[in-house]
Amino acid sequence: MVDSITIVGASLAGIRGAEALRKADFGGAISLVGGEAHLPYDRPPLSKQVLAGEWDFDRIQLTSQEKLDELDIELRLNTSATGFDLASRELSITGPDGDHTETVDGLLIACGARARTLPGTDGVAGVHVLRTSDDATAITAAVDAGAQRVVVIGAGFIGAEVAATLRTKGVDVALIESMAYPMARVLREDIGTLCGQVQIDQGVDLRCGVGVERLTTTADQRVASVVLRDGTEIPADLVVVGIGVIPNTEWLEGSGLTIDNGVVCDSTCLAAPGVTAAGDIARWNNVRFDEVMRVEHWENAVDQAGFAARRLLASDADVVDYQPIPWFWSDQYDRKIQMAGRPRATDDAMVVTGSMEERRFAVIFGRDGELSGVFGMNRPRHVMQYRMRIEEGMTWDEAVATADA
Amino acid sequence: MKIVVDYDLCESNAVCMQIAPEVFEVRDDDFLYVLNETPAEDQRAVMEDAVARCPKQAIQLQDGE
Repeated sequence: MVDSITIVGASLAGIRGAEALRKADFGGAISLVGGEAHLPYDRPPLSKQVLAGEWDFDRIQLTSQEKLDELDIELRLNTSATGFDLASRELSITGPDGDHTETVDGLLIACGARARTLPGTDGVAGVHVLRTSDDATAITAAVDAGAQRVVVIGAGFIGAEVAATLRTKGVDVALIESMAYPMARVLREDIGTLCGQVQIDQGVDLRCGVGVERLTTTADQRVASVVLRDGTEIPADLVVVGIGVIPNTEWLEGSGLTIDNGVVCDSTCLAAPGVTAAGDIARWNNVRFDEVMRVEHWENAVDQAGFAARRLLASDADVVDYQPIPWFWSDQYDRKIQMAGRPRATDDAMVVTGSMEERRFAVIFGRDGELSGVFGMNRPRHVMQYRMRIEEGMTWDEAVATADA
Repeated sequence: MKIVVDYDLCESNAVCMQIAPEVFEVRDDDFLYVLNETPAEDQRAVMEDAVARCPKQAIQLQDGE
């Protein structure tokens, strides 16, 4: 039996994993190690209500010191893991009290990912990423200080939400995407293009299929403009870079764990005996889709953390596979985008309610005779209903036959 | 046990409907309806799951009548 559990990472997955341990009646010590100065907080509102200035930090806290005390969870802030050795189970820690090494029993790795930055922009004022509460505060402060021309680099989900929130605040926004249409890593071309049209209709200067060549700066090292590969120069008071994330695995190099674009786990979230991983950093074989995946969605952080926490308490004989149907949402202007499953560009597709023209619709996807996914714009009920049908194993033929479009 | 939804927070993501369709329903108007505000005590674990997995943290369980 495991006597104590250390959780590296004190964001959504970390805190939910700690809570899940107590809910599973784990009575040993739980220590949560978090690199930031803040209590665990929720990130989705950072690009929405927090950036809009509608919510302050109190509204996004995921717990309080009182609740942590009640659950007897030790939280170490401003503290990071710098190394781990699987054989000796020694964890190296750096924090306000300096560096030290401690021996861990159970280990849940949930330290997530960090925002990718634009090469060559270190030290340039006015260039931000959006991953942390401090990032959101800095961007909001820049807008409040009068930034009127914002260039958002990357039209993935973060970039698209930042563009929507800042445009709604009345700021001029250019949104630059090197791929052919927004959110192209996840959405099909017709749907991604429609999402781009939503931005254009709100007055965003959307430019797809063109990369960024360089930034120009003023004499005092402030950003002045963004130069695109096609030679276009867009003046900028503020640049927000949303070009994806990098899993925080450097401290695990040489640990004895397998690292490959995340912490590699088996189909039960186990990375090694007594070591599990969850959330943005975990890469595991989702047997439902027969696909090794790393999922950066909010809901997966909650679910996988609970699963990986309980996995540390379970005997190998009792374990089932972690095989969720990934789901996410994104709010942009008054459109709510949701998708569930693992649809691919080559899947069959069918609109089951509404229409793309009215921008309120749901599309289902199928491949190999199975229902593979569902996308909805302002159709939450349909997305969840079809997600349940994917879970039930509905065939594509059944889905088509029973669609009440 | 009483289900209380903060409708100022609720954005009808419908996660709760997937977890407990007999209690939560998002209808075609995109609003959430609570079909049973006082689920039986043996539903507590399911309700706690709905609370924990609400992306907006808009659901609360209140004890007593």
